[in-house]
Amino acid sequence: MFLINCPYCGERDQQEFKAGGEAHIERPKQPTELSDDEWAEYLFMRKNIKGVQFERWNHAHGCRKWFNMVRDTSNDEIKAIYKMGEKPPSQ
Amino acid sequence: MRNKYSVFSLIKNALSYHENWQRAWKDPAPKKEYDAVIVGGGGHGLATAYYLAKKHNMNNIAVVEKGWIGGGNTGRNTTIIRSNYLWDASAGLYDHALKIWEGLSQELNYNVMFSQRGVMNLAHNLQDVRDLKRRTHANRLNGIDAVYLSTEEVKKFCPIINTSPDIRYPVLGGTLQRRAGTARHDAVAWGYARGADAMGVDIIQNCEVKGIKRNGDSVEGIETTKGFIKTKKVGVVAAGHSSVIANMAGLRLPLESKPLQALVSEPVKPIIDTVVMSNAVHAYVSQSDKGELVIGAGTDDYVSYTQKGSHQIVEGTLNAILELYPIFSRMRMLRQWGGIVDICPDASPILSKTSIKGLYFNCGWGTGGFKATPGSGDLFAHTIANDEPHKLNAAFNLNRFVSGDLVDEHGAAAVAH
Repeated sequence: MFLINCPYCGERDQQEFKAGGEAHIERPKQPTELSDDEWAEYLFMRKNIKGVQFERWNHAHGCRKWFNMVRDTSNDEIKAIYKMGEKPPSQ
Repeated sequence: MRNKYSVFSLIKNALSYHENWQRAWKDPAPKKEYDAVIVGGGGHGLATAYYLAKKHNMNNIAVVEKGWIGGGNTGRNTTIIRSNYLWDASAGLYDHALKIWEGLSQELNYNVMFSQRGVMNLAHNLQDVRDLKRRTHANRLNGIDAVYLSTEEVKKFCPIINTSPDIRYPVLGGTLQRRAGTARHDAVAWGYARGADAMGVDIIQNCEVKGIKRNGDSVEGIETTKGFIKTKKVGVVAAGHSSVIANMAGLRLPLESKPLQALVSEPVKPIIDTVVMSNAVHAYVSQSDKGELVIGAGTDDYVSYTQKGSHQIVEGTLNAILELYPIFSRMRMLRQWGGIVDICPDASPILSKTSIKGLYFNCGWGTGGFKATPGSGDLFAHTIANDEPHKLNAAFNLNRFVSGDLVDEHGAAAVAH
């Protein structure tokens, strides 16, 4: 349980938000040309990092907007929050 | 030579004030090389080592554990054992484990306190009723004992449940697996450790894996905090930390690690003599031999390795518990904790070879791995020893995420994952 600083609404309780998993997984540009292995990689395989991870979050019980977060999964400390489409901060 | 536990050894040691019991397992330094190394000294890892030694004559093996054995999810779960899964592959896997549980204390000469007190799953709406009836039929076709109970039969089996029709989620029925129940989780780790140690397995605690050495596509050994260990076979049974080990080998797994919480109440006299689970309201409860109510809550929905969890998850579970069991309204909760569970997209486990020769993964058990401990160890040992899966774990390979042949137990099993 922690507080999240929504880029649109400000600081709110984490339970207002929905975690959307790993960020910056790009949808394949040519889906018809993908092999089964590449589909599996895109659909299922995750880094699941213990440490600093880039994630998507949704303010589900607030403005309902998506945004990105950099969070340390070993202690739930939030390092940075940035809007969709913005460049991730360099680590 | 390992002394056998018996009533005679108990009396003998009582006479010396229990000060001369033989150590249950040694504390060896790692050798330079082993035929196989198991990463992770929880129940599944120790069981794997035990069956490798016992059934496949692999005695020059080691279990490396970063903390102490059984100190991870083995000691953090709610100890429920059942096999009433919907799909054939899961039914085969979990019932294999349940059959081993039934003789485990005798086999290990260690009392794992396996108690077949039954597990009851409740239905709260018409879709639950249909799903549970379907699962009951599927279980019976697979030779797994299952019965469907009416609301009156639920009340008769567990009288403290509130079956009033005007509660928010009324009890419309339930299923019962009588062979299901609970076991003492620590004893399972200790019993397997003692059994494996007696057959020559080195159990190396406080030894964290820092890297996996590869030669091309083959495993050559592991780097640990106690030095390099050479081995051609590495079986990873690291639960919530499976992805961390996989990343060391340059592999990616279809897993997300999340905190799952549980809590126990103050101890009270016997009040509930079975295990009751509710999928819809996500509440399950049993009573330990010490008298504590053992309550399982849900997972948080974000990746975290903190072994904590959010308060609202516990609050939601306790709200449901109180509606189903008004008699518990003045119970005080004693302890709460979290464990990190590795969840697969289809909520089924992975017991599999990988693209790297000699590297095997046993992971993805998510919120329900304890029940499978003996079967998981047995089948994973078979997979490592023969470099081929057993027919019971063939469906639980990594390649299913490529082929699409998933074992989709999400919500289809007896409890939501």
